[in-house]
Amino acid sequence: MTASMKPHRLTFAFQLTVTLLACAFLMVPAGASILAGFTANYFRGVSSGLTLKWIGEVLALYSDTIALSIAIALGTLGVTLLIGVPAAWALARRPSRLTRLVEEVVTLPVAIPGLALALALILAYGGIREFRMSPLFILTGHVLYTLPFMLRAVMAVLAAVDVRTLEEGAASLGASPLQRFFQVVVPNARGGILAGALMVVTLSIGEFNLTWMLHTPLTKTLPVGLADSYASMRLEIASAYTLVFFVMIVPLLVALQLFGRTVQGAAK
Amino acid sequence: MHSADRLARLFLLPLFLFVAAFFLLPMVRLIGVAGSGPNGMAEYFAILTNPRHFATLVATLTLSAAVTAATLAIGTVVALFLARNRFFGRPLLVSLLTLPLAFPGVVVGFMVILLAGRQGLLSSLSMGLGMGRWVFAYSMAGLFAGYVYFSLPRVLVTLMAAVEKLDPALEEAARSLGASPAQVLRDVTLPGIAPALMASGAIAFATAMGAFGTAFTLATRIDVLAMTIYTEFTLNANFATAAALSIALGLITWVVLALARNLAGAGVAAAG
Repeated sequence: MTASMKPHRLTFAFQLTVTLLACAFLMVPAGASILAGFTANYFRGVSSGLTLKWIGEVLALYSDTIALSIAIALGTLGVTLLIGVPAAWALARRPSRLTRLVEEVVTLPVAIPGLALALALILAYGGIREFRMSPLFILTGHVLYTLPFMLRAVMAVLAAVDVRTLEEGAASLGASPLQRFFQVVVPNARGGILAGALMVVTLSIGEFNLTWMLHTPLTKTLPVGLADSYASMRLEIASAYTLVFFVMIVPLLVALQLFGRTVQGAAK
Repeated sequence: MHSADRLARLFLLPLFLFVAAFFLLPMVRLIGVAGSGPNGMAEYFAILTNPRHFATLVATLTLSAAVTAATLAIGTVVALFLARNRFFGRPLLVSLLTLPLAFPGVVVGFMVILLAGRQGLLSSLSMGLGMGRWVFAYSMAGLFAGYVYFSLPRVLVTLMAAVEKLDPALEEAARSLGASPAQVLRDVTLPGIAPALMASGAIAFATAMGAFGTAFTLATRIDVLAMTIYTEFTLNANFATAAALSIALGLITWVVLALARNLAGAGVAAAG
């Protein structure tokens, strides 16, 4: 390294300070939240003692919201796989102006605030009581919002691995289109499918903007319960509940990041 | 390949049906409801003609612009630092900075309460220093902090990737030709990452415009568009206004994202 490539010392100090402050801004409240979830009395501080009481109370009060969130996330994953993977292949195999238009319309729900999507769903289907009261109403909203992520993840991989050539090879060996889809396309797209699946589950478990409008008193998800606890529970319970959420979401995020790195590495 | 074409069409059918039933039809209904209130078609323009809604629009746009500027400024500094320096603990620092990616808006709101709320860290810190009580979580400033918190990890991921793709030889050449660090930043580095700045800035702006969870957690009294829509719909049962404001909000976020994508895309093509 030549002398001129060494960063300016003042610039370095400034960048380091901003980086550490940004990290503190993001991590200190999260740390405080985790600590508060284990503290007997947050106002008096850690000296009041550490306890698992709040976690216990959260599980007693809110375990149904945790179960519903997991169920809806898995349901959303199932539907996005069923609709998204075949459609991604159909759109990716012959890119044209028409397929780009379809892609544009299908990904539109990502660009529109969840509040507006939820309002539109309620105005269109709120009158059908059985549907409105069922968790399927929330599931519909989650599929609408997460489907573009599954489509894009799978289409990106299909574009990168040149599935077209592989398929033609299989076709020349006499495989039917459906056989080729399951035996050539799906195995070659599994990286994108897995990345899309992790994304869909992570987004569904944390979704609030749509869900707050779509939920009923009997269909509360974890983030809806969190908002409830922030408004009406003591800080320790709200923190313990947030901790439960972290425990669910952080492994998914770490998997997503590790996996994203290996997919990128493989592409290089 | 005819049978494959038929299969492709069959595979697209569920997607078409789902999008038609649960996106296009509800959107048509939303537009219909917005125009069928007591004000008729005039309701579509309520966001511009009603002084209260217009003031909310201006406040929301200002807040979103401020959030975008702050997030991009912090994000650029941090991304340059992390991309240009290798040191012990760097991977951990990167992980910590991107961990909040998965925090939804409600949780971010709670983080702001813990930081700047009545029992918050800044409150006890400022009391301890005898500087009075700093509590700003339940105001526009709290919302600003929340949206910066929400968008910073996202912006960082995009900017770090962009900075790592920059060719260090370009900056080296500028420096050896006598450019000052500020000139290198302005004339080489920032233009090089402009597409990433545009793309991640647009996402930060659109999120601040339309996000609802953080505002909902902090207070229902903050006058931003998402809160107004929510109040009109649930508390006032004013469906036409709520629908009209939703359409305006959706149009704004969609146009911002589409514009940024086109501009950033053109920039990428020109650079390539």
